[in-house]
Amino acid sequence: MAANTNFEKYKSDGSLAGNVLEWVDARFPATAMWKGHLSEYYAPKNFNFWYFFGSLALLVLVIQIVTGIFLVMHYKPDASLNAAGIPVAFASVEYIMRDVPWGWLVRYMHSTGASAFFIVVYLHMFRGLLYGSYRQPRELIWVFGVLIFLMLMAEAFFGYLLPWGQMSFWGAQVIVNLFGAIPLIGEPLSIWVRGDFVIGDATLNRFFSFHVIAIPLVLIGLVAAHILALHEVGSNNPDGVEIKKHKDEKGIPLDGIPFHPYYTVKDIVGVVVFLMVFSLVLFFAPEGGGYFLEYNNFFPADPLKTPPHIAPVWYFTPYYSVLRAMVWNFFGLDAKFWGVVGMGASVVVFAFLPWLDRSPVKSIRYRGPIFKSFLTIFVICFFILGYLGTQPPSFWGEKISQVCTVLYFAFFLLMPWYSKIDKYKPEPERVTWK
Amino acid sequence: MSNEGKMDCGRRRLIVATAAVGGAGALAVLVPFVSTMLPSERAKAAGAPVEVDISKLEPGQMVTVEWRGKPVWIINRTQAMLDTLPQLDGEVADPKSERKQQPEYCTNEHRSIKPEIMVAVGICTHLGCSPTHKFKSGAEEGMTAEWKGGFLCPCHGSTFDLAGRVFKAKPAPTNLEVPPHMYLSDTRILIGEDKKGA
Repeated sequence: MAANTNFEKYKSDGSLAGNVLEWVDARFPATAMWKGHLSEYYAPKNFNFWYFFGSLALLVLVIQIVTGIFLVMHYKPDASLNAAGIPVAFASVEYIMRDVPWGWLVRYMHSTGASAFFIVVYLHMFRGLLYGSYRQPRELIWVFGVLIFLMLMAEAFFGYLLPWGQMSFWGAQVIVNLFGAIPLIGEPLSIWVRGDFVIGDATLNRFFSFHVIAIPLVLIGLVAAHILALHEVGSNNPDGVEIKKHKDEKGIPLDGIPFHPYYTVKDIVGVVVFLMVFSLVLFFAPEGGGYFLEYNNFFPADPLKTPPHIAPVWYFTPYYSVLRAMVWNFFGLDAKFWGVVGMGASVVVFAFLPWLDRSPVKSIRYRGPIFKSFLTIFVICFFILGYLGTQPPSFWGEKISQVCTVLYFAFFLLMPWYSKIDKYKPEPERVTWK
Repeated sequence: MSNEGKMDCGRRRLIVATAAVGGAGALAVLVPFVSTMLPSERAKAAGAPVEVDISKLEPGQMVTVEWRGKPVWIINRTQAMLDTLPQLDGEVADPKSERKQQPEYCTNEHRSIKPEIMVAVGICTHLGCSPTHKFKSGAEEGMTAEWKGGFLCPCHGSTFDLAGRVFKAKPAPTNLEVPPHMYLSDTRILIGEDKKGA
């Protein structure tokens, strides 16, 4: 349902609260926003399990912002050594964990929240792949979403340097040096990003600035754009059919129900289940078995010694495997440059999905076997690449990651062809719903 | 308005000119902001040469010192270690050190001033991790059977021989960098400064 701006202004019933609301509503579109985005935003009535993850992503964003505000009260982005010879930044995180009342909880909420954010967002994106949510007329929602994902990766990367542990330092070292692979401008660019010839105090301070101000502002703006674009065209649904095709005499979609109270209440169920799982991790496995908080990061950064095994945090490992899979020089450019190109492309390629998909149907429910096979292979490759990215480099790991990289890109680049020739079942006129 | 529907070309030109000047100003103001992110004067000044005493460095040993925030290795190579270098000429990417990764005076088969003393920046030329030394032969270090000693980068698996030469078909594009350095005496090395051709 399009965000309707022609809602009538609120008329007071004579009570004090009513008078206040009437006064405000004459000066600010309070009623219009409430109705347009919640009480009279009509969402398809057949949302299933997969539709929890959008609101959960919003919840995790709030968790990250609130916990972040409190962490900044105690954290110090300072790479110099304190009297005990420990970097101040590292020591301030330990201080939060040991000496700040409940500091450990807030910090674990933030670190667990980072992984939870990616789990929720990956599931949210997968929902889009399942039901064709990126298809016309929702291309721009999808593009905003890919930008949100990119910003989220930047946010996670900048934040990961802040504890100034061994993985923080060497992870940043590797990623910033990636810029050095760009021909001609690479070296000056990486010096500009670091603010020094090596990762140091200048780098730590600017990453702190990006992490707490620049990226969150952009992220919130993009989230607003994502939701506004969604409410302009209306939500997709598991059948991938447009509910706006069948409206009642008032112009309300027959298969639509008001977001509030129906989906606000339904989403509370999702929130409760999510918070139960989140709390279990938070209290019983905050390190996530070394995947959420890597053990090597409990050592302070040492610029002279790389840990024997370094790997990015789990949510970056699929792209990291793509980077490592590129070992050939092409067109006179180093393999290192192609690794960077491959890694960048493996994320950015998502943005082109709306124009790559040529299927007459949107939802997986009505798609044919070729699309289903490609999607399955893609998901399997994503997991294999993710696993290999956590492992030390090896001969077979490299070969397997090369095969998976090819299949990963095949899912996208062959889509204009296979989505067209694939069989499909006719879509229903109305959503199917029990 | 009397001239409704007609465009006032004079005003339109003024609008375009104003927008262009304003845009140029906005672009110019980017310069100071972008520049603040460059290395500061203090960062540029830091980087004084480092003096190292190697009198206690036994053959086969290695010491790491910090120079410009980077690890610099000094390795006292044994004769057996040096003997592995010519055997590996066929397996390394740049056996004759043709790419400029070392000063003139180290462009030789052992990539050093004194044959036994190797000085190198311990930063992988791929993405900047610090490789781990694997001086012993293959099995003892968990390497392949042909391994003759050298360095393994833990990040992406590049390998280097005992002269910091990168092996073929590895992610690192070039040999390890040899920093400018000179001998102040027989056992004291100054890293970061040289008398040309010392």
